[in-house]
Amino acid sequence: MPTGAMDRKQRALGTTSAVSSPAQDSFLKKTSLFFQREQVMGYTLIAPAFILLGVLVAWPFCMALYFSVTDSWVGQPGSFIGLRNYWNLLHDGIFIQTLQNSFVFTFSAVILKTVLGMTLAMLLFRTVRFKKWVRGAVLLPWVIPTALSTLGWWWMFDSLYSVFNWTLINLGIVQVGPNWLGTPYLAKIAVITVNVWRGLPFFAITILAGLVSIPQELYEAAKTDGAGAWARFWYITVPMLKPVLAIVILFSTIFTFSDFNIVYVLTRGGPINSTHLFATLANQVGLQSGKIGEGAAVSLFMFPILVMVVYFQLRFVRKE
Amino acid sequence: MKMRTRKFLGQLFTLHLPLVPFILFALFPFYFMVVTSFKSDGELYDLKAVPFLIQRGATLEHYHLLLADTPFLTWLFNSVLVSVLATGISIVIAILAAYSLARLRFRGAPSFGTAVFITYLVPTTLLFLPLAQVVNRLGLADSVWALILTYPTFLVPFSTWLLLGYFRTIPQEIEECAMVDGCTRFQALIRIVLPVAIPGIVCAVLFAFTISWNEFIYALTFISSTAQKTTTVGVTAELIRGDIFYWGSLMAGAVLGSIPIVLVYVVFMDYYVSGLTQGAIK
Repeated sequence: MPTGAMDRKQRALGTTSAVSSPAQDSFLKKTSLFFQREQVMGYTLIAPAFILLGVLVAWPFCMALYFSVTDSWVGQPGSFIGLRNYWNLLHDGIFIQTLQNSFVFTFSAVILKTVLGMTLAMLLFRTVRFKKWVRGAVLLPWVIPTALSTLGWWWMFDSLYSVFNWTLINLGIVQVGPNWLGTPYLAKIAVITVNVWRGLPFFAITILAGLVSIPQELYEAAKTDGAGAWARFWYITVPMLKPVLAIVILFSTIFTFSDFNIVYVLTRGGPINSTHLFATLANQVGLQSGKIGEGAAVSLFMFPILVMVVYFQLRFVRKE
Repeated sequence: MKMRTRKFLGQLFTLHLPLVPFILFALFPFYFMVVTSFKSDGELYDLKAVPFLIQRGATLEHYHLLLADTPFLTWLFNSVLVSVLATGISIVIAILAAYSLARLRFRGAPSFGTAVFITYLVPTTLLFLPLAQVVNRLGLADSVWALILTYPTFLVPFSTWLLLGYFRTIPQEIEECAMVDGCTRFQALIRIVLPVAIPGIVCAVLFAFTISWNEFIYALTFISSTAQKTTTVGVTAELIRGDIFYWGSLMAGAVLGSIPIVLVYVVFMDYYVSGLTQGAIK
């Protein structure tokens, strides 16, 4: 290192640590003030999040768009084929089946979760004894890793040792138990059941919070005006819960529609593709068969559907 | 006395009895997993035996097989490593971003807020295919670091959203006082806002940790070597070989893989309940 540079460096170090020259001082102050300005500070604090989401969410999203218009295989760039992947999918029996499955699955699961969640929330609202433990027990399915609890359900639906079949046989209801995961419509029911089991706590606890926030005076006033239990539920509880319900249903619709874990562990999309959802099909086409272009197109089909769901739900919430 | 019995009966039929099926529905799968994991193979695969109970003596053989013959402890270690690091990184990033969005006025702040909310709603299953390619290109394929890097993509939007709601409830005056007394804004954030926001931060940490521990699709698709897997994927993918299922060990793995998160949950139950409702309502 040339001595001049060394000298300068030492001087610089000296000035910051010991006595500072007025020029240096004002420079530091300026820098510090610069970062204190709201504009600058705002951008600085948000930069890490912005960079992260840009590089690992926005960029992969663009990559997915790009893959979906090529005939790429895993690890090999393909050539541009326009919208042919999408076109082929719309003429593919398995994809159409998946599309149907996804709507049936999401629709039934969300409705069941809403109705059962509402019922459970109203019961929890009135629970006084062991309140904490009851709520704790109800929330448990939501906390445990879904992949692992679904293994438990898999065992419960086992073709030979199913605990449900054992019960049905020993109660004398059936002679031979059904093959839950080997029969298309039963497998659908199984997958929906596990999804409801896992999603119910979220509905119940959130709706419960909504119930707690309804002022009790409304009910008392309605009571003195002679409104019955049903009228109070329909004209006070339901309208007051609408905003909470809208948000819960929005979240649940998105995450039910895009579910992967339950189907992957329980049925892998079978039997005969009767339980495939977008995510499991995308995984099968994109990674297991290696057709990443087509797989990306399968995933991306979710996007416009989800955008529409979000749009309508948010418009509904705003209006309320 | 009569009034009390009537009230008791009323409550029994309209409240306690209807709650029973819900609680059974919620807890039975766990009960059954635990029972299965302690049952000897002879009883487990006997169609005449009552599946709900252990009648021929409990056994630890499934747990022994799991711990001695499979890399279960490695998977557990990987899960801890990934969850702790991904949570730590995400919470720091989220605190900065949430503070910035809650307090500072700068051009584009509302759009950033919307962008965070939108990425919060993007399901992981939408992007796993291209993200696997990104991870490959970064040379992180088949390593737990791929997960530590990618988990923040869903933890940061979620935690930012949760903390944003929390920061907004803290009165701005206490910071302004500190700044009048000569604190810089950053010092005010560290010394004044964070201590007040601790309940919110604990909540965000718990949720981020739980979500990382439970994550499945990234861990399944980004990693293929056994030694780099996390618990959820290891138990699900590696314990099933061919057509022979070791149901006892499989259930033992599911139970042991859930216990850490259940312990955290039991200790911090109130935070889970409040965080769940806040995330959705705010």
